[in-house]
Amino acid sequence: MPPLPEVIKPDWIAQGAFWLIVGVTLTGAVFAVFLKQIIHNILGLIVSLFGVAGIFIYLNSEFLALMEILIYVGAISISFVFAIMLSEPMYKEKSKRNVFKTVFTGIVAGLIFWSFSTIITKTPWEAAAVKSDEWSVRAIGNLLLTRYMLAFELISFVLLVAIVGAVIIAGQGRRQRSSQ
Amino acid sequence: MNQLEVYLFIALIMFSLGLWGVLQRRSLIAMLISVELMLNAANINFLAFNRFLAPEPAVGQIIALFVMGTAAAEAAIGLSIFLAVYRRNQNIDIERIRDLKG
Repeated sequence: MPPLPEVIKPDWIAQGAFWLIVGVTLTGAVFAVFLKQIIHNILGLIVSLFGVAGIFIYLNSEFLALMEILIYVGAISISFVFAIMLSEPMYKEKSKRNVFKTVFTGIVAGLIFWSFSTIITKTPWEAAAVKSDEWSVRAIGNLLLTRYMLAFELISFVLLVAIVGAVIIAGQGRRQRSSQ
Repeated sequence: MNQLEVYLFIALIMFSLGLWGVLQRRSLIAMLISVELMLNAANINFLAFNRFLAPEPAVGQIIALFVMGTAAAEAAIGLSIFLAVYRRNQNIDIERIRDLKG
C-alpha cells in the first residue's frame, strides 16, 4: 500500500468519520420525531440506530454495536413496522394539537436540555481508579455468568413473560370478536 | 472525539428530541418511537461513562445490554397493547382514546 500523502492524517479520517456518524445519528433522530408520516418516523429511527451503533464502536464497545443493530434494528424496528401495518391507516386524518400545548412541550424539552447541559459543563468529571482493563466479549460473558447471573436470568425471565403477555394481549380482541 | 462531554451532549440532544416527541406526538406508535430514542440516549451515556470514567469496562457494557433487553420487552408489550386498543377503538390517536377519562 502506498503511503498516504502528507496532508491526510489517519487521525483526521477518524475525526471526520466520527462527526459523520454523529450527523447521521442526529439527523435520523430529527426525522424520527418531526416528520408527519409514521413510516418515515420509523425509517428515521432505523437510521439513527445505525448511527448509535457507530458511536458505540467509537466508545470501544464493538459487541454492543453489533447487538444494537441485531436487537434494535433487526427486532424492535421490524416489530414497529408490523404494528404500523396492522394498526395505523395513514389516510386517517390526524387530530390537531393545540398551540398552547405545543409551546409548552417546547418549553419543557428546552428546559431539560438547558439544565442537563449546565450539569454536563459544570461538573468536574474524574475518572475512577482502574480495576481491570478487560474490554473483550470474553470478559462480558464471564461476568454475565458469575457476578451478574441473577440479573441475567431475570432479564431472560422478563423477556419470556413479555412474549407470553404480548401474545395474550394482542390475541384477546380477535378471540372476543370470533366468539361474538 | 476523545472527550466525555461530546458524547454526553450527543446523548442529551437525542434525549431532548425524544422527550419533545413523547409530549408532542399524538399517535401511540410515534410516542413509543420517541421513547426508544430516549433509551438509546441513556445507553450512549452508560457507554460513555464506561469508556472514560468507570473502573471496570465490562460492567457498563453489561448494563447497556440489560437496557436493550428491557427495551425489547417494553416494545413487545407496548405494541401488542396498541394493537388491542386499535381493535377496540379503530384508532390509536391519543386525543380520541377517551374511555378512561372520567
